[in-house]
Amino acid sequence: MKLQAQTLACERDGRRLFHGLEFTLTGGEAMLVTGRNGAGKTSLLRIICGFIEPTCGRIRLHDSPEASSIGQLCHYVAHEDAIKSALTVRENITFWARFFGAGDVEAGLDAFDLGPLAACNTGLLSCGQKRKLTLSRLKLVNRAIWLLDEPATGLDATAQHRLCLHMTHHLAAGGIVIAASHTQLDAPFTVTLDMNDLSAGMT
Amino acid sequence: MFTAIIARDIHLILRQGGGAGMSLGFVLTVIVMISIGIGPDHEMLSHIAPGIMWIALLLSVLLSADRIFRADYEDGSLELMGLGGLPLELVVLAKAVVHWLTSALPLSLTTPLLGIFLNLDPSLFLTLGLAMIAGSVTLSLMACVGGAVTVGLRRGGLVISILILPLYVPILVFGLSASVGSMVTDHVFNTSFLMLIAFALASVVLCPVVAAGILRAYFR
Repeated sequence: MKLQAQTLACERDGRRLFHGLEFTLTGGEAMLVTGRNGAGKTSLLRIICGFIEPTCGRIRLHDSPEASSIGQLCHYVAHEDAIKSALTVRENITFWARFFGAGDVEAGLDAFDLGPLAACNTGLLSCGQKRKLTLSRLKLVNRAIWLLDEPATGLDATAQHRLCLHMTHHLAAGGIVIAASHTQLDAPFTVTLDMNDLSAGMT
Repeated sequence: MFTAIIARDIHLILRQGGGAGMSLGFVLTVIVMISIGIGPDHEMLSHIAPGIMWIALLLSVLLSADRIFRADYEDGSLELMGLGGLPLELVVLAKAVVHWLTSALPLSLTTPLLGIFLNLDPSLFLTLGLAMIAGSVTLSLMACVGGAVTVGLRRGGLVISILILPLYVPILVFGLSASVGSMVTDHVFNTSFLMLIAFALASVVLCPVVAAGILRAYFR
Protein backbone atom coordinates (compact mmCIF):
# COMPACT_ATOMS: atom_id res chain seq x y z
CA MET A 1 0.00 0.00 0.00
CA LYS A 2 1.31 3.44 -0.92
CA LEU A 3 -0.29 6.79 -0.10
CA GLN A 4 0.92 9.61 -2.26
CA ALA A 5 0.17 13.34 -2.24
CA GLN A 6 1.01 15.29 -5.37
CA THR A 7 1.39 19.11 -5.50
CA LEU A 8 -1.36 19.48 -2.93
CA ALA A 9 -2.69 22.97 -2.30
CA CYS A 10 -5.43 24.12 0.01
CA GLU A 11 -7.33 27.38 0.23
CA ARG A 12 -9.87 28.13 2.94
CA ASP A 13 -12.12 31.17 2.56
CA GLY A 14 -9.75 32.63 -0.01
CA ARG A 15 -6.77 32.28 2.34
CA ARG A 16 -4.04 30.05 1.04
CA LEU A 17 -2.93 27.58 3.70
CA PHE A 18 -0.29 25.61 1.83
CA HIS A 19 0.75 24.69 -1.68
CA GLY A 20 3.13 22.32 -3.37
CA LEU A 21 2.75 19.74 -0.60
CA GLU A 22 4.16 16.35 -1.54
CA PHE A 23 4.72 13.16 0.37
CA THR A 24 4.78 9.45 -0.21
CA LEU A 25 4.10 6.95 2.55
CA THR A 26 4.20 3.21 2.20
CA GLY A 27 2.77 0.66 4.60
CA GLY A 28 4.63 0.70 7.90
CA GLU A 29 5.59 4.36 7.68
CA ALA A 30 4.43 7.15 9.97
CA MET A 31 4.41 10.88 9.35
CA LEU A 32 4.39 13.60 11.97
CA VAL A 33 2.80 16.84 10.80
CA THR A 34 3.94 19.91 12.70
CA GLY A 35 3.41 23.61 12.27
CA ARG A 36 2.02 26.69 13.96
CA ASN A 37 -1.70 27.11 14.65
CA GLY A 38 -3.62 27.64 11.44
CA ALA A 39 -0.88 26.25 9.22
CA GLY A 40 -3.30 23.74 7.73
CA LYS A 41 -2.59 20.55 9.67
CA THR A 42 -6.24 19.71 10.23
CA SER A 43 -7.11 20.72 6.67
CA LEU A 44 -4.47 18.33 5.37
CA LEU A 45 -5.93 15.44 7.37
CA ARG A 46 -9.44 16.31 6.19
CA ILE A 47 -8.24 16.40 2.59
CA ILE A 48 -6.74 12.94 2.98
CA CYS A 49 -9.97 11.42 4.28
CA GLY A 50 -11.97 13.21 1.62
CA PHE A 51 -14.00 15.79 3.56
CA ILE A 52 -12.32 18.70 1.79
CA GLU A 53 -11.45 18.94 -1.88
CA PRO A 54 -7.89 20.22 -2.35
CA THR A 55 -7.64 23.41 -4.40
CA CYS A 56 -5.14 21.67 -6.60
CA GLY A 57 -3.19 18.43 -6.62
CA ARG A 58 -4.47 15.09 -5.45
CA ILE A 59 -4.11 12.19 -3.09
CA ARG A 60 -3.58 8.80 -4.61
CA LEU A 61 -3.53 5.36 -3.17
CA HIS A 62 -1.56 2.63 -4.89
CA ASP A 63 -1.84 -1.10 -4.29
CA SER A 64 -4.72 -0.67 -1.87
CA PRO A 65 -5.95 -3.87 -0.23
CA GLU A 66 -9.44 -3.36 -1.61
CA ALA A 67 -10.81 -1.08 -4.27
CA SER A 68 -12.59 1.60 -2.29
CA SER A 69 -12.23 5.30 -1.59
CA ILE A 70 -9.37 6.47 0.61
CA GLY A 71 -11.88 7.63 3.22
CA GLN A 72 -13.06 4.05 3.67
CA LEU A 73 -9.53 3.02 4.62
CA CYS A 74 -9.03 5.88 7.06
CA HIS A 75 -9.87 6.26 10.68
CA TYR A 76 -9.88 9.94 11.51
CA VAL A 77 -9.53 11.03 15.12
CA ALA A 78 -10.76 14.61 15.13
CA HIS A 79 -10.86 17.30 17.81
CA GLU A 80 -14.44 16.38 18.58
CA ASP A 81 -14.85 13.30 20.73
CA ALA A 82 -17.99 11.81 19.11
CA ILE A 83 -19.10 10.62 22.54
CA LYS A 84 -22.69 10.63 23.74
CA SER A 85 -22.73 11.83 27.33
CA ALA A 86 -26.05 10.11 28.06
CA LEU A 87 -24.55 6.69 27.37
CA THR A 88 -22.06 4.72 29.42
CA VAL A 89 -18.51 4.01 28.28
CA ARG A 90 -19.44 0.48 27.26
CA GLU A 91 -22.55 1.62 25.36
CA ASN A 92 -20.52 4.19 23.44
CA ILE A 93 -17.94 1.61 22.45
CA THR A 94 -20.60 -0.98 21.63
CA PHE A 95 -22.38 1.41 19.30
CA TRP A 96 -19.26 2.21 17.30
CA ALA A 97 -18.26 -1.44 17.27
CA ARG A 98 -21.64 -2.27 15.74
CA PHE A 99 -21.53 0.69 13.39
CA PHE A 100 -18.13 -0.18 11.99
CA GLY A 101 -19.13 -3.81 11.90
CA ALA A 102 -17.82 -6.68 14.01
CA GLY A 103 -15.57 -4.61 16.26
CA ASP A 104 -14.35 -6.25 19.46
CA VAL A 105 -15.85 -4.31 22.38
CA GLU A 106 -13.52 -5.87 24.98
CA ALA A 107 -10.45 -5.05 22.89
CA GLY A 108 -11.71 -1.48 22.67
CA LEU A 109 -12.14 -1.27 26.43
CA ASP A 110 -8.71 -2.78 27.04
CA ALA A 111 -6.92 -0.51 24.57
CA PHE A 112 -6.64 2.26 27.15
CA ASP A 113 -7.63 0.36 30.30
CA LEU A 114 -11.17 1.70 30.31
CA GLY A 115 -12.49 -1.59 31.74
CA PRO A 116 -13.03 -0.25 35.28
CA LEU A 117 -14.98 2.71 33.85
CA ALA A 118 -17.17 0.59 31.54
CA ALA A 119 -20.39 1.20 33.48
CA CYS A 120 -19.65 4.90 34.03
CA ASN A 121 -21.71 7.60 32.42
CA THR A 122 -19.47 9.36 29.90
CA GLY A 123 -20.84 12.71 31.02
CA LEU A 124 -18.80 12.26 34.20
CA LEU A 125 -15.50 11.48 32.48
CA SER A 126 -12.56 13.86 32.55
CA CYS A 127 -11.16 15.38 29.37
CA GLY A 128 -8.30 12.87 29.22
CA GLN A 129 -10.62 9.92 29.85
CA LYS A 130 -12.87 11.07 27.00
CA ARG A 131 -9.82 11.29 24.78
CA LYS A 132 -8.93 7.71 25.72
CA LEU A 133 -12.45 6.61 24.81
CA THR A 134 -12.13 8.38 21.46
CA LEU A 135 -8.76 6.78 20.78
CA SER A 136 -10.00 3.35 21.81
CA ARG A 137 -12.04 3.36 18.59
CA LEU A 138 -8.75 2.85 16.74
CA LYS A 139 -8.80 -0.69 18.09
CA LEU A 140 -12.45 -1.22 17.09
CA VAL A 141 -12.03 -0.24 13.48
CA ASN A 142 -9.63 -2.19 11.41
CA ARG A 143 -8.51 0.60 9.12
CA ALA A 144 -5.15 0.78 7.36
CA ILE A 145 -4.63 4.54 7.62
CA TRP A 146 -4.80 6.34 10.95
CA LEU A 147 -5.26 10.09 10.81
CA LEU A 148 -4.69 11.55 14.25
CA ASP A 149 -5.39 15.20 14.94
CA GLU A 150 -3.72 16.20 18.21
CA PRO A 151 -4.20 12.70 19.63
CA ALA A 152 -2.29 13.33 22.86
CA THR A 153 -4.34 16.30 24.09
CA GLY A 154 -5.20 15.75 27.74
CA LEU A 155 -3.55 12.34 27.96
CA ASP A 156 -1.31 11.49 30.91
CA ALA A 157 2.17 10.01 30.41
CA THR A 158 0.98 6.40 30.71
CA ALA A 159 -1.79 6.89 28.16
CA GLN A 160 0.57 8.70 25.77
CA HIS A 161 2.93 5.78 26.04
CA ARG A 162 0.02 3.41 25.36
CA LEU A 163 -0.96 5.41 22.29
CA CYS A 164 2.59 5.25 20.92
CA LEU A 165 2.62 1.52 21.59
CA HIS A 166 -0.61 1.09 19.60
CA MET A 167 0.87 3.16 16.79
CA THR A 168 3.99 1.02 16.74
CA HIS A 169 1.88 -2.14 16.56
CA HIS A 170 -0.19 -0.66 13.76
CA LEU A 171 2.94 0.24 11.79
CA ALA A 172 4.41 -3.21 12.34
CA ALA A 173 1.23 -4.65 10.83
CA GLY A 174 1.82 -2.60 7.69
CA GLY A 175 -0.47 0.34 8.47
CA ILE A 176 0.10 4.03 7.89
CA VAL A 177 -0.09 6.69 10.61
CA ILE A 178 -0.33 10.42 9.98
CA ALA A 179 -0.40 12.45 13.16
CA ALA A 180 -0.67 16.20 13.59
CA SER A 181 0.74 17.17 16.94
CA HIS A 182 2.41 19.98 18.82
CA THR A 183 3.80 17.68 21.47
CA GLN A 184 6.55 15.28 20.58
CA LEU A 185 5.07 11.80 20.37
CA ASP A 186 7.32 8.91 21.14
CA ALA A 187 6.28 6.81 18.13
CA PRO A 188 8.73 5.80 15.38
CA PHE A 189 7.94 8.51 12.84
CA THR A 190 9.80 8.05 9.58
CA VAL A 191 8.89 11.42 8.08
CA THR A 192 8.27 14.84 9.59
CA LEU A 193 6.30 17.35 7.59
CA ASP A 194 6.74 20.93 8.73
CA MET A 195 3.76 22.93 7.49
CA ASN A 196 5.50 26.21 8.35
CA ASP A 197 7.93 25.69 5.47
CA LEU A 198 5.08 25.26 3.01
CA SER A 199 3.12 28.28 4.06
CA ALA A 200 5.99 30.62 4.96
CA GLY A 201 5.73 34.01 3.37
CA MET A 202 2.17 33.48 2.21
CA THR A 203 -0.99 35.09 3.45
CA MET B 1 -24.80 -0.68 10.87
CA PHE B 2 -28.17 0.74 9.85
CA THR B 3 -29.90 -0.88 12.80
CA ALA B 4 -27.05 0.16 15.14
CA ILE B 5 -27.89 3.82 14.52
CA ILE B 6 -31.62 3.24 14.96
CA ALA B 7 -31.13 1.28 18.19
CA ARG B 8 -28.74 3.83 19.66
CA ASP B 9 -30.89 6.85 18.76
CA ILE B 10 -34.07 5.35 20.19
CA HIS B 11 -32.08 4.43 23.30
CA LEU B 12 -30.82 8.03 23.56
CA ILE B 13 -34.29 9.49 23.12
CA LEU B 14 -35.74 7.16 25.75
CA ARG B 15 -32.98 8.13 28.17
CA GLN B 16 -32.88 11.84 27.48
CA GLY B 17 -36.56 12.46 26.82
CA GLY B 18 -37.81 14.81 24.14
CA GLY B 19 -39.43 12.10 22.05
CA ALA B 20 -43.08 11.41 21.46
CA GLY B 21 -44.18 12.68 24.88
CA MET B 22 -43.12 16.23 24.19
CA SER B 23 -44.66 16.32 20.71
CA LEU B 24 -47.91 14.87 22.05
CA GLY B 25 -48.03 17.48 24.77
CA PHE B 26 -47.57 20.14 22.12
CA VAL B 27 -50.39 18.80 19.96
CA LEU B 28 -52.67 18.55 22.96
CA THR B 29 -51.92 22.16 23.90
CA VAL B 30 -52.59 23.44 20.38
CA ILE B 31 -55.87 21.56 20.17
CA VAL B 32 -57.10 22.65 23.58
CA MET B 33 -56.12 26.26 22.86
CA ILE B 34 -58.00 26.24 19.57
CA SER B 35 -61.14 24.72 21.03
CA ILE B 36 -61.10 27.35 23.77
CA GLY B 37 -60.37 30.11 21.28
CA ILE B 38 -63.17 29.19 18.89
CA GLY B 39 -65.77 28.81 21.60
CA PRO B 40 -68.50 26.25 22.17
CA ASP B 41 -69.80 26.14 18.60
CA HIS B 42 -70.06 22.37 18.04
CA GLU B 43 -70.94 22.64 14.36
CA MET B 44 -68.01 24.90 13.58
CA LEU B 45 -65.51 22.83 15.62
CA SER B 46 -66.58 19.62 13.97
CA HIS B 47 -66.21 21.28 10.58
CA ILE B 48 -62.66 22.56 11.06
CA ALA B 49 -61.41 19.66 13.21
CA PRO B 50 -59.58 17.66 10.48
CA GLY B 51 -57.73 20.78 9.30
CA ILE B 52 -56.69 21.70 12.83
CA MET B 53 -55.49 18.16 13.49
CA TRP B 54 -53.31 18.22 10.38
CA ILE B 55 -51.80 21.60 11.19
CA ALA B 56 -51.07 20.46 14.75
CA LEU B 57 -49.34 17.38 13.32
CA LEU B 58 -47.20 19.42 10.90
CA LEU B 59 -46.11 21.84 13.61
CA SER B 60 -45.21 19.18 16.14
CA VAL B 61 -43.24 17.14 13.60
CA LEU B 62 -41.20 20.26 12.84
CA LEU B 63 -40.65 20.83 16.55
CA SER B 64 -38.20 17.95 16.70
CA ALA B 65 -36.65 18.48 13.23
CA ASP B 66 -33.95 20.71 14.63
CA ARG B 67 -32.62 17.87 16.78
CA ILE B 68 -32.35 15.18 14.10
CA PHE B 69 -28.70 15.82 13.23
CA ARG B 70 -27.68 18.58 15.66
CA ALA B 71 -26.13 16.55 18.49
CA ASP B 72 -24.34 14.12 16.17
CA TYR B 73 -22.98 16.97 14.08
CA GLU B 74 -21.68 18.94 17.04
CA ASP B 75 -19.88 16.07 18.76
CA GLY B 76 -18.32 14.81 15.53
CA SER B 77 -20.29 11.54 15.38
CA LEU B 78 -21.87 12.44 12.06
CA GLU B 79 -18.47 13.02 10.48
CA LEU B 80 -17.24 9.69 11.73
CA MET B 81 -20.37 8.02 10.36
CA GLY B 82 -19.51 9.64 7.02
CA LEU B 83 -16.29 7.61 7.00
CA GLY B 84 -18.02 4.37 7.95
CA GLY B 85 -18.96 1.61 5.56
CA LEU B 86 -22.53 2.89 5.40
CA PRO B 87 -23.27 5.57 2.76
CA LEU B 88 -24.28 8.88 4.35
CA GLU B 89 -27.62 8.60 2.54
CA LEU B 90 -28.45 5.51 4.59
CA VAL B 91 -27.28 7.20 7.77
CA VAL B 92 -29.82 9.94 6.98
CA LEU B 93 -32.48 7.33 6.28
CA ALA B 94 -31.78 5.68 9.65
CA LYS B 95 -32.18 9.07 11.32
CA ALA B 96 -35.44 9.60 9.45
CA VAL B 97 -36.71 6.21 10.60
CA VAL B 98 -35.94 7.15 14.21
CA HIS B 99 -37.67 10.52 13.84
CA TRP B 100 -40.69 8.84 12.28
CA LEU B 101 -40.88 6.13 14.96
CA THR B 102 -40.44 8.50 17.89
CA SER B 103 -42.30 11.54 16.68
CA ALA B 104 -44.45 11.33 13.56
CA LEU B 105 -45.88 7.84 14.00
CA PRO B 106 -47.02 8.13 17.64
CA LEU B 107 -48.60 11.46 16.75
CA SER B 108 -50.42 10.04 13.73
CA LEU B 109 -51.77 7.26 15.92
CA THR B 110 -52.97 9.45 18.76
CA THR B 111 -53.93 12.71 17.09
CA PRO B 112 -57.23 11.41 15.70
CA LEU B 113 -58.19 10.39 19.25
CA LEU B 114 -57.47 13.91 20.42
CA GLY B 115 -60.09 14.95 17.89
CA ILE B 116 -62.66 14.31 20.63
CA PHE B 117 -61.68 17.75 21.95
CA LEU B 118 -62.75 19.25 18.64
CA ASN B 119 -65.99 17.30 18.28
CA LEU B 120 -64.48 15.34 15.38
CA ASP B 121 -66.95 13.08 13.61
CA PRO B 122 -66.10 9.57 14.98
CA SER B 123 -66.50 8.10 11.48
CA LEU B 124 -63.38 10.05 10.48
CA PHE B 125 -61.07 8.51 13.11
CA LEU B 126 -59.95 5.68 10.85
CA THR B 127 -59.43 7.65 7.63
CA LEU B 128 -57.75 10.54 9.42
CA GLY B 129 -55.42 8.14 11.21
CA LEU B 130 -54.51 6.25 8.04
CA ALA B 131 -53.96 9.44 6.06
CA MET B 132 -51.76 10.79 8.84
CA ILE B 133 -49.65 7.63 8.97
CA ALA B 134 -49.13 7.77 5.20
CA GLY B 135 -48.43 11.50 5.23
CA SER B 136 -46.15 11.41 8.25
CA VAL B 137 -43.51 9.42 6.34
CA THR B 138 -43.04 12.37 4.01
CA LEU B 139 -43.17 14.81 6.91
CA SER B 140 -40.30 13.04 8.72
CA LEU B 141 -38.15 12.76 5.62
CA MET B 142 -38.60 16.41 4.70
CA ALA B 143 -37.88 17.36 8.30
CA CYS B 144 -34.53 15.60 7.81
CA VAL B 145 -33.74 17.89 4.89
CA GLY B 146 -34.64 20.88 7.03
CA GLY B 147 -32.57 19.53 9.90
CA ALA B 148 -29.59 19.08 7.57
CA VAL B 149 -29.84 22.61 6.18
CA THR B 150 -29.84 24.20 9.63
CA VAL B 151 -27.43 21.81 11.36
CA GLY B 152 -24.71 24.46 11.54
CA LEU B 153 -26.97 27.22 12.82
CA ARG B 154 -27.23 27.92 16.54
CA ARG B 155 -30.94 28.64 16.47
CA GLY B 156 -32.19 26.65 13.53
CA GLY B 157 -35.70 25.85 14.77
CA LEU B 158 -37.43 28.89 13.36
CA VAL B 159 -35.54 28.74 10.07
CA ILE B 160 -36.65 25.14 9.58
CA SER B 161 -40.30 26.14 10.02
CA ILE B 162 -40.01 28.86 7.41
CA LEU B 163 -38.12 26.59 5.01
CA ILE B 164 -40.07 23.38 5.36
CA LEU B 165 -43.66 24.38 6.20
CA PRO B 166 -44.34 25.67 2.67
CA LEU B 167 -43.12 22.30 1.33
CA TYR B 168 -45.69 20.60 3.56
CA VAL B 169 -48.57 22.28 1.70
CA PRO B 170 -49.16 19.37 -0.74
CA ILE B 171 -49.24 16.94 2.18
CA LEU B 172 -51.73 19.16 3.96
CA VAL B 173 -53.96 19.47 0.89
CA PHE B 174 -53.96 15.80 -0.04
CA GLY B 175 -54.00 14.70 3.59
CA LEU B 176 -57.09 16.73 4.32
CA SER B 177 -58.73 15.54 1.16
CA ALA B 178 -57.90 11.93 2.05
CA SER B 179 -59.23 12.38 5.59
CA VAL B 180 -62.60 13.87 4.70
CA GLY B 181 -62.92 12.65 1.13
CA SER B 182 -64.00 9.23 2.29
CA MET B 183 -67.28 10.79 3.41
CA VAL B 184 -67.95 11.61 -0.22
CA THR B 185 -66.56 8.58 -2.03
CA ASP B 186 -67.27 6.03 0.68
CA HIS B 187 -63.89 4.51 -0.05
CA VAL B 188 -60.91 4.70 2.36
CA PHE B 189 -58.21 4.37 -0.26
CA ASN B 190 -59.25 7.22 -2.52
CA THR B 191 -57.05 9.11 -4.98
CA SER B 192 -55.78 11.56 -2.37
CA PHE B 193 -54.70 8.73 -0.11
CA LEU B 194 -52.81 7.13 -2.96
CA MET B 195 -51.16 10.49 -3.65
CA LEU B 196 -49.96 10.59 -0.03
CA ILE B 197 -48.40 7.17 -0.49
CA ALA B 198 -46.80 8.33 -3.75
CA PHE B 199 -45.29 11.33 -1.93
CA ALA B 200 -44.00 9.03 0.80
CA LEU B 201 -42.30 6.68 -1.66
CA ALA B 202 -40.77 9.54 -3.63
CA SER B 203 -39.39 11.18 -0.51
CA VAL B 204 -37.88 7.91 0.76
CA VAL B 205 -35.73 7.99 -2.37
CA LEU B 206 -35.09 11.71 -2.75
CA CYS B 207 -34.85 13.22 0.74
CA PRO B 208 -31.91 11.10 2.02
CA VAL B 209 -29.91 11.99 -1.09
CA VAL B 210 -30.62 15.70 -0.68
CA ALA B 211 -29.94 15.73 3.07
CA ALA B 212 -26.72 13.73 2.68
CA GLY B 213 -25.51 16.16 0.02
CA ILE B 214 -26.15 19.08 2.35
CA LEU B 215 -24.37 17.37 5.25
CA ARG B 216 -21.32 16.66 3.07
CA ALA B 217 -21.17 20.38 2.27
CA TYR B 218 -21.08 21.05 6.02
CA PHE B 219 -18.12 18.69 6.48
CA ARG B 220 -15.97 20.96 4.31
